[in-house]
Amino acid sequence: MTADRNFRRSPLHDLRDRLATLSGAITVTETPFLAQINVRASTPPSSHPGDVNVLALGPDEFLVVGPPGAEDRLLAEYRAPGVSVVDVSAQRTALDLSGPAVRELLAFGCSIDLHPRVFAIGDCAQTVLAHTPVVVQRRESGFRILVRASFAAHLAAWILDVSPELTSGH
Amino acid sequence: MSQEFRTAQGGLVDRGTPLSFRFDGREYQGFRGDTLASALLANGVLRVADSLRLGRPRGIFAAGIEEPNAIVQIEEPFPEPMLTATTVELYDGLVARSLRGHGRLADRPDPARYDSTHAHCDVLVIGGGPAGLAAAATAASSGARVILLDDQPRLGGSLLGAGEHLDWVDTVAAGLAAADETRVLTRTTAFGYYDDNHVVAVERRTNHLGALAPAHLSRERVWRIRARQVVLATGAHERSLAFADNDRPGVMLAGAARTYVNRYGVLPGRRAVVLTTNDSAYAAARDLAAAGVEIAAIADLRPGADGWTVARVHGEERVSAVVLRNEDGTEREVDADLLLVSGGWNPVGALYSQAGGRLAYDPELGAFRPDGNCRQALLVAGAAGGSYDIGVCLAEGAAAGERAADAAGFTARAIVLPETLDPAGTPPAAVWTLPGGDAATQFVDLQRDVTVADLARATGTGMRSAEHVKRYTTAGTAHDQGKTGGTLTSGVVAELLGVEVGALGTTTFRPPYAPVSFAALAGRDRGLLFDPVRVTALHGWHVSRGALFENVGQWKRPWYYPRDGEDLSAAVLRECRAAREGVAMMDASTLGKIDVQGPDAGEFLDRLYTNLISTLKPGAIRYGVMCRPDGMVFDDGTVIRLAEERFLVTTTTGNAAAVLDWVEEWLQTEWPQLRVRCTSVTEQWATVALVGPRSREVLAAVAPGLDVSRAGFGFMTWRDTEVAGLRARVCRISFSGELAYEINVSWWDALALWEALIEAGSAHGITPYGTETMHVLRAEKGYPIIGQDTDGTVTPHDLGLGWAVSKKKADFIGKRSFSRTDTARPGRKQLVGLLPDGGELLPEGAHLVTGAPQRVLGHVTSSYRSAALGRTFALALISGGRDLIGQTVWATLDDGLAPVTVTGSVLYDPEGTRRDG
Amino acid sequence: MMLIPCPWCGPRDESEFHYGGQAGVAYPADPAALSDEEWARYLFFRDNPKGPFRERWSHSAGCRRWFNLVRDTVTNEVLG
Repeated sequence: MTADRNFRRSPLHDLRDRLATLSGAITVTETPFLAQINVRASTPPSSHPGDVNVLALGPDEFLVVGPPGAEDRLLAEYRAPGVSVVDVSAQRTALDLSGPAVRELLAFGCSIDLHPRVFAIGDCAQTVLAHTPVVVQRRESGFRILVRASFAAHLAAWILDVSPELTSGH
Repeated sequence: MSQEFRTAQGGLVDRGTPLSFRFDGREYQGFRGDTLASALLANGVLRVADSLRLGRPRGIFAAGIEEPNAIVQIEEPFPEPMLTATTVELYDGLVARSLRGHGRLADRPDPARYDSTHAHCDVLVIGGGPAGLAAAATAASSGARVILLDDQPRLGGSLLGAGEHLDWVDTVAAGLAAADETRVLTRTTAFGYYDDNHVVAVERRTNHLGALAPAHLSRERVWRIRARQVVLATGAHERSLAFADNDRPGVMLAGAARTYVNRYGVLPGRRAVVLTTNDSAYAAARDLAAAGVEIAAIADLRPGADGWTVARVHGEERVSAVVLRNEDGTEREVDADLLLVSGGWNPVGALYSQAGGRLAYDPELGAFRPDGNCRQALLVAGAAGGSYDIGVCLAEGAAAGERAADAAGFTARAIVLPETLDPAGTPPAAVWTLPGGDAATQFVDLQRDVTVADLARATGTGMRSAEHVKRYTTAGTAHDQGKTGGTLTSGVVAELLGVEVGALGTTTFRPPYAPVSFAALAGRDRGLLFDPVRVTALHGWHVSRGALFENVGQWKRPWYYPRDGEDLSAAVLRECRAAREGVAMMDASTLGKIDVQGPDAGEFLDRLYTNLISTLKPGAIRYGVMCRPDGMVFDDGTVIRLAEERFLVTTTTGNAAAVLDWVEEWLQTEWPQLRVRCTSVTEQWATVALVGPRSREVLAAVAPGLDVSRAGFGFMTWRDTEVAGLRARVCRISFSGELAYEINVSWWDALALWEALIEAGSAHGITPYGTETMHVLRAEKGYPIIGQDTDGTVTPHDLGLGWAVSKKKADFIGKRSFSRTDTARPGRKQLVGLLPDGGELLPEGAHLVTGAPQRVLGHVTSSYRSAALGRTFALALISGGRDLIGQTVWATLDDGLAPVTVTGSVLYDPEGTRRDG
Repeated sequence: MMLIPCPWCGPRDESEFHYGGQAGVAYPADPAALSDEEWARYLFFRDNPKGPFRERWSHSAGCRRWFNLVRDTVTNEVLG
């Protein structure tokens, strides 16, 4: 007996339609199934494949984010003596936020300063959003929030609750 | 009789927008731009509720947040208690009543939304009067990120009440509105100043719209602002003087009367006597006279004036006459309906004080003001620092804005300030009590009805500090927190004690500066968003099958799955039977999981766990217990050896974050030389427990590549394999005593696995079960739940887990404590089983006692009905429990004592015959 | 709400941190060699000064790194 691989469910599978109703001031999209590898090394990994993003989570901790399905390739890529690698792809899902009110939205639930003067494109931070532990990354197109799978539905519900303040304000 | 006290013209109200409202049952009209207080005064209503304690008539006394008397209850559009009429903006349809004492909360949920947000800035300016506007405009010119807060609906502060320089205010306001990186928040009161320039403010966003407030916008918003530099431009409050009957309706602060005339176009009376210690009351008298109020007399208390003072006030319901007395005792009665008082001005120092600054008494000013030595990055400008001249306030504001911007790394430009007259005039006098009259009617705190007589009683009992007098008399503890009365209280107490006011000091200011609704403080954190709800990948399935849920930490876990009207008891008996007799399955994904790897991982785990981990072979699993250094059990779980240098540790559901913090703490702070790294993988893996004598057949059906035979897949081992075509790790562990497996797949694949197991098990009647059944099954086997059967005072030995405590290891966390006197003594509480003789279901937490004479032995920690045992049973911690096995003890129930028999903790299958199927 | 300087993440709100008490209380090298009193001193006794205090913090909601700082317990000022 074999399960259908398409049966795979991202943490926000059931909330995608509701998130899709947001438009204008903000748009919110789940980018599911990204390959994510936790790399612990005393020095930052020096070179990277072109399709990955390396987020510094701490002095010796890095989160390598790549396209769906790249887990095994990235594990092999980063495994080295003195380096530990762990597949954490399903540990967090990605919410990509964009639109003119995205910083206003985040400020409702996040105490750190995300102004472009202090939090530039490419910067990332591990912090708390809506009482939920997250990794926040600023990207060209807006912000990416990496949220633990078990907290994702709460965070989405919070975004939906906040959003009327934004859509009417712009 | 409509607005007969409204001036013919002037003021900042919008006379084109009349508003209807009701107060104390009567219909009135006011204008947009009015407060409830100014609209009442426009209609000749000055009288508000009687005072709380003494029941004395009271009237509107001030024009702003410092008001002590005019407390009102809003009834419509939605009930809200204890607001000040002087700060409630008028709106159409407002229904309010005057309030003596407490208000009432609505008896229905508030439909309004509330929220809070965070903001960061280089310069935060608090107060939008002349100093604050000059500071904000100057700082904004530098390109710094600036936030300006003001509690009024429009900027201008004292200029609105003075009716001066309003064009300049408009120009600056427009400039700030247009400036990049500058945010102006009106209707916003900063109420808390915390460490590191963290200022908390509340913005009243839609309150003033009444029933027209848009439902989707939050009514109030709490702002949590982190500022690199703060400019306090919070202005000053006028204070009263202690004289007989100084609480009569019609006694009003002179500056407030000026504000009513200039800002609201309202005459607070027709004929006034003025009593003052300073120049500011003359400006009030001038403006009132220009508006048509007759100024009958001015009594100036300063030396060098003509020596008149107020002896008495006539009129209970409203001032009717004021009796003045000269130095030689000559008295003169003057008809008046208004007595305007200015006892001097108190810089608003509450936020400065909250910030850790000290308020020092300035004898020339006759007031306490910031001492200028606050450790936080703040500056004080204008009246908040004791500068009352408008030109000085503007200059100080501009200078503070420039300095604050500079300190934040920006260069400000000079801004245009209005032309002002040179400061001139006579210095104020510090006067507290006027001679003569009954001290019991000389009020210092109008809201608490505290008089000079009360203060004298306090000092008479020996009180010598402002804090003690405050607590003894309640002066300064009301809604207004002594904004008009606090300094006066200090002054009078100092007089009574014969000490300097500065030596006595003030009481301490604490947040909030002004009342804040709980709804605003709760913000969005209520209902479903009160605390994050964590769910597993199978949550939707559980919901769709009607599961009831139990909160475990932040997790929602299925508690049981009732069928056709089953109650908890019936459903759990059914689920337990399935697990013991057939096959059942549970979502165990909430267990904490930590990947531990590195050359020293085995050594590290040996130090953390009480038992030996490093000897575990790859492919094998061991149960382990963790203690705190004090020897008390902290957590338990399984340890899986994935490879020579890699382990997977599981923790209890509620303790996952704490255990990860714990291992990191030891690794980083005590043993950084160990080459080990720990990573949480709790949500990487979804876990399904497959339990029961038929579980092997079900697993075999979905994992054709796995040798599931007893010999091929031994107890406490694991295999990586495919289950239902999914990459999976299967562990042969059991938390029920039955043959059981825990199947781990990617969180994404949990539903696929679950559905496949349901399908494969359907022929065997596979039954999903929840936490209640899990608890019963484990309790029948005597397996403790850390945090339920333990409470931080229980050792592994107390739990009967001595077998899991290594005697070989030289040390591990907790080992040394096992030989401490108290930990090693006999008679400690031990985990045992209980069988109630009468078949009762004992309440968890019930005390257990000996027979007469009764002595407390311990308490019930877990209690269930058992399908397998056909009876109720319990686990308990009782003193010397294992020595009492076979004896009777007594459980204390609501209706008396129930005999129970003490047993060993393993009640089901003590020989362990069932675990291999 | 203190602003605590995490050496790796920069200043963050106090609520992102976990307090670890007095710094420099090392796990004894050989607990078995200690008397009950000496062991109890390690387990239960900590300084509680009014003024500068060297203490441990963990940036639990951020990088999860432990670090020491000196805080004035009267004013909450971080001194280094």
